[in-house]
Amino acid sequence: MALQSLDIKARSASTFAPPSARTTLEVAKLIDVSRCIGCKACQAACMEWNDLRDAVGVNEGSYTNPPDLSDQTWTLMRFYEEQIQGSLQWLILKDGCLHCAEPGCLKACPAPGAIVQHSNGIVDFHEESCIGCGYCISGCPFNIPRLRKEDSKVYKCTLCSDRVAVGLEPACIKACPTQALSFGSKETMLAQAEHRLTDLHERGFTKAAVYDPQGVGGTHVVYVLPHGDRPEAYGLPKDPSIGPLLAVWRSWVSRSLGVFTMFAVLVAGVFHYMKVGPLEEPRDEPRDGPGDGQGRPPRDASS
Amino acid sequence: MATTEKSVRTPRAPARIHGDDPSLLRRYSTGERLAHWGVAIAFVLLFLSGLALFHPFFFWTSALFGGGQLMRVLHPFIGAALAALFYAYAARLWRDNRMTPGDWSWARRMLAYMNKHYNVVPEVEGKYNAGQKLMYWSMIVVIAALALSGVVLWQPYFAPAFSSTARKLAGIVHAVSAFIMFVGIGIHVYAAYWTKGSMKAMTRGTVTRAWARMHHPGWYRRMTSPSPPAPRTSGAGR
Repeated sequence: MALQSLDIKARSASTFAPPSARTTLEVAKLIDVSRCIGCKACQAACMEWNDLRDAVGVNEGSYTNPPDLSDQTWTLMRFYEEQIQGSLQWLILKDGCLHCAEPGCLKACPAPGAIVQHSNGIVDFHEESCIGCGYCISGCPFNIPRLRKEDSKVYKCTLCSDRVAVGLEPACIKACPTQALSFGSKETMLAQAEHRLTDLHERGFTKAAVYDPQGVGGTHVVYVLPHGDRPEAYGLPKDPSIGPLLAVWRSWVSRSLGVFTMFAVLVAGVFHYMKVGPLEEPRDEPRDGPGDGQGRPPRDASS
Repeated sequence: MATTEKSVRTPRAPARIHGDDPSLLRRYSTGERLAHWGVAIAFVLLFLSGLALFHPFFFWTSALFGGGQLMRVLHPFIGAALAALFYAYAARLWRDNRMTPGDWSWARRMLAYMNKHYNVVPEVEGKYNAGQKLMYWSMIVVIAALALSGVVLWQPYFAPAFSSTARKLAGIVHAVSAFIMFVGIGIHVYAAYWTKGSMKAMTRGTVTRAWARMHHPGWYRRMTSPSPPAPRTSGAGR
């Protein structure tokens, strides 16, 4: 790989041994929801840096705009009104790819190299290799990837892999006016999150928690949630995991066994023919004609 | 050969298709054969393209379809064509594929049959033996499973209408059914190659009398008995 910062750790649908001569720093984005004011600067910065323009939609009675992630909206501010402990809470979540350590999208992908995981933890889609099957959408526990109708390719947040590769922070981080977003090594980000938790606990948010779900091996986008006991109030799954269905569906072991068995069937055919020989009928008797009504060959006729 | 050509040229002689030897028995009509080979071609294309998605070891087969993306586009359309053609074809054959008690006792002796120990294998009564009938019914089931799960996976038309769980389940059903179909078709092709004289039934539509007497004596008797009219018309043998 040309750039050390883009060393690849895992590659979809590939028999691939990752280069391991050097270790890259594992990065993470920290989203401190308790500091977020919902200004959408990050959303605008994402559009700006990545040259994305979603269609102008209609107001659906919420600040969430556009209404959903799309091939043109890789990060989206979602607004929720929730009753928590007897009071109305306005919850805001910056939604987008969490860059799982065990990405379901990558496991589901059948196109070699269409999804890669960099050794720094970024999970990136390479659209030029994408075949548009949508398996990654089924594989994602967070419902993030979006299939673009016009080119049948799937898009999502890249964690600005192009910026990170040259030592810059993602565009959203740069735009955030309240320091709700930070970027750095995963270790630093977790330490910062813990520090923030203490603060929040003191201020009465006793259920505040860090969202770094271990069901997917941890993520490279980590949230500080003031109501951490209820991630589903923010639209986040409580215990996300790749799940048994995906594990069965895209299991390397069963697939390889399947290919082996198919090959074995071909070999068995050859062996059977060599052992038993062809099944041949006796020659027609010369006096044979329509309506002789006999029907049965001699029992040993075929030998 | 010479006499055949002469009779074809003789103006008042009854029309006879070239190669239609009267000593042969008709087993498949032209329509049935074309349908069969249509299904066969679709199967080969589906298998090659599906294999690329099944295991990265075989992703190179996508090059035969103009690359991964075009292959992904083509695969479900070929699948729909196979399902339509197969069930139209299968509808013509189902009567001959009903399992009888005799078939079950034949099926129990299948291993002996495979080793040519005919003396312990019961006589085949129908147009098909129990192995062929079981193949028929397994394909009826497996192709239905493939078609239905294929619809659930079909991007971008139908897949978005189904939940992620449904799509993952469909993926499992599709892979397992495709595996069963490959093994089944593998056995089918090999059996046709192993049983000499069978291939002509599907290439020319006819079999020799000796072939019919040996493999399908019941069918042979019905085809050659004088009482039912027109035993040599296509689709006969019911």
